[in-house]
Amino acid sequence: MGEEEGLHQTQLLDTMFVRGLKRKCFDGEEDIEGTLAGFKAIPSYNLQRQSLLDMSLVKLQLCHMLVEPNLCRSVLIANTVRQIQEEMTQDGTWQMINTQSAGQTSLDRLVSTDILCRSSKEQAEGKLVPVYSTFTKDCEGTQSQDNSEIMSTVTSPQAPRNLQSNMWEMENPQENRGNFQKSLDQIFETLENKSPNTVEDLFSEVDNSYYDLDTVLTGMMSNTKMGHCDVLETFPSQTTANSNSNCKSDLNELDHIVEILVES
Amino acid sequence: MEGESIYEVDSEDGVGADIISTVEFNHTGELLATGDKGGRVVIFQREPESKNEPYNQGEYNVYSTFQSHEPEFDYLKSLEIEEKINKIKWLPQQNAAHSLLSTNDKTIKLWKVTERDKRPEGYNLKDEEGKLKDLSTVTSLQVPVLKPMDLMVEVTPRRIFANGHTYHVNSISVNSDCETYMSADDLRINLWHLAITDRSFNIVDIKPANMEDLTEVITASEFHPHHCNLFVYSSSKGSLRLCDMRASALCDKHSKLFEEPEDPSNRSFFSEIISSVSDVKFSHSGRYMLTRDYLTVKVWDLNMETKPIETYQVHDYLRSKLCSLYENDCIFDKFECAWNGSDSVIMTGAYNNFFRMFDRNTKRDVTLEASRESSKPRAILKPRRVCVGGKRRKDDISVDSLDFTKKILHTAWHPTENIIAIAATNNLYIFQDKVNSEMH
Repeated sequence: MGEEEGLHQTQLLDTMFVRGLKRKCFDGEEDIEGTLAGFKAIPSYNLQRQSLLDMSLVKLQLCHMLVEPNLCRSVLIANTVRQIQEEMTQDGTWQMINTQSAGQTSLDRLVSTDILCRSSKEQAEGKLVPVYSTFTKDCEGTQSQDNSEIMSTVTSPQAPRNLQSNMWEMENPQENRGNFQKSLDQIFETLENKSPNTVEDLFSEVDNSYYDLDTVLTGMMSNTKMGHCDVLETFPSQTTANSNSNCKSDLNELDHIVEILVES
Repeated sequence: MEGESIYEVDSEDGVGADIISTVEFNHTGELLATGDKGGRVVIFQREPESKNEPYNQGEYNVYSTFQSHEPEFDYLKSLEIEEKINKIKWLPQQNAAHSLLSTNDKTIKLWKVTERDKRPEGYNLKDEEGKLKDLSTVTSLQVPVLKPMDLMVEVTPRRIFANGHTYHVNSISVNSDCETYMSADDLRINLWHLAITDRSFNIVDIKPANMEDLTEVITASEFHPHHCNLFVYSSSKGSLRLCDMRASALCDKHSKLFEEPEDPSNRSFFSEIISSVSDVKFSHSGRYMLTRDYLTVKVWDLNMETKPIETYQVHDYLRSKLCSLYENDCIFDKFECAWNGSDSVIMTGAYNNFFRMFDRNTKRDVTLEASRESSKPRAILKPRRVCVGGKRRKDDISVDSLDFTKKILHTAWHPTENIIAIAATNNLYIFQDKVNSEMH
């Protein structure tokens, strides 16, 4: 892809600004600020990479459960996740993302991942590629919106469960089990031993403190028999930012819901 | 290329049941079979050329329709087994009947297609409706005579090859020995004898002892057209393995490994996904292989394992959109590819109902569109162009206006003539090249 003629001045500046962010040498404070400021224009490489990671994990779990999921697709996505996690570990950004995520607003999670599409060669040369926002046009336009909101409520601040436990024991103490984000191992085991209660399985080990339980259960309640995808798609739009205001009013509802689930 | 015929696969069930999932010419090109998502097979037959109307060169008309596979339920896993026909392969014709293999995710079936255009009349013991005659009314003997009747095409299932696969079958390929065939799923390849349904031989098994270690799957496989001991299979990591069945019973060790080293400067998180081979086809000569990955088609020489001898860009303008295509799952679309009869031109599908042809000799390529508007009978297909910025000509399509729901995954080329079959969702297009048209 060559340069696109007619790139606006502001876009030019944005791209240059983003280019300035180093992804190899992670200096801590400086880069956090740079990143936060950067995504007002074009999100940084790290944010995009995180977004890709989140997207991949959601994809792995949003397999059509009525029919056996496509093994090739699952393997390719799993390999992508491994790649990202390896790179993040090498970068040392793993810990950084943990502390960062807490303060961020939800919708920025699924950000323009334009930079990721560029090869490393292009990035080095600083080729200007037009900013390409998340593809919503023809294919399931609304789903991408829902996905970003899903990630806000569901993607917990802590890291996805590590694939290579020996590498990441430090960053992932036992109590930080991201139960919703199963390890790839479990996913492949699931593919082998399909059980009918897949949706329930995923939510059964819910760790309350890490994401908005209200949203999850509300979503489950409003659907009787649904495929996995549908359940997550019908989540009401909520962001973690305003969850506090909803908390109190939903507590009674929460008890009620838990009661029903336990009975069933 | 001239627009010739458009067939819409009719559906009684409504939308979705009739998306064409495979297209295959038989060995003479007289018959064309399509399989769809609803488990049905439709066979088209080419009308013989008429001397009176030389321009009315053989059109394809519906010859037979039958339900090949039905939806099933796997009780052990609590999962549905789709009836969608993944592949159809014709057997070489050995007598008056035609035979084909059709497969869904789990079960392969052998179908025999026969014609009946005569029936015996003048029985002694039964009347024309088949009722037994009252013997007292029979006064003389007659010899039954064959009388012509309206053509009736009968399709019967002759063999059902079930329970051979744990994973989803992605390819079947009939051996040149005409006695055996292979079926490949994500992790294993089995060899069957066409006459034996209760067992098969496993010839490739790449399932790791621990499923957690799984990083690569089989994506396609094919027997060599002339050497009955050779076959190739492709993987999700972009490699091809040529195996020789004479070497050992289990062909886990390849005879040749074809792999192009990755260009480190082009590396991204999507490199592996776009390198995954979605289809592999031997050339008619048997000397080359054609592979399709997400953005390119490549020609490999069997004698050179290090890299392909030719690489053609199908839609390189998508390279900067890979993330979006990953998000909407389009990056996992499996496009097929095809050789023409003389192995000089290769063809593959793309998005927006476009398909591409590459002439290996002239190095010219063309983009054509399979759509109702441009395909009225006898209409000449107009080459299309996708513009990626810069000067835009009239009738160019910009990358951002491409319709990614209109994908041409399945294409087939007549074995000897310049006739192609293109499956665009639930429509089948057949194009013929009446005059040698030039490619741009």
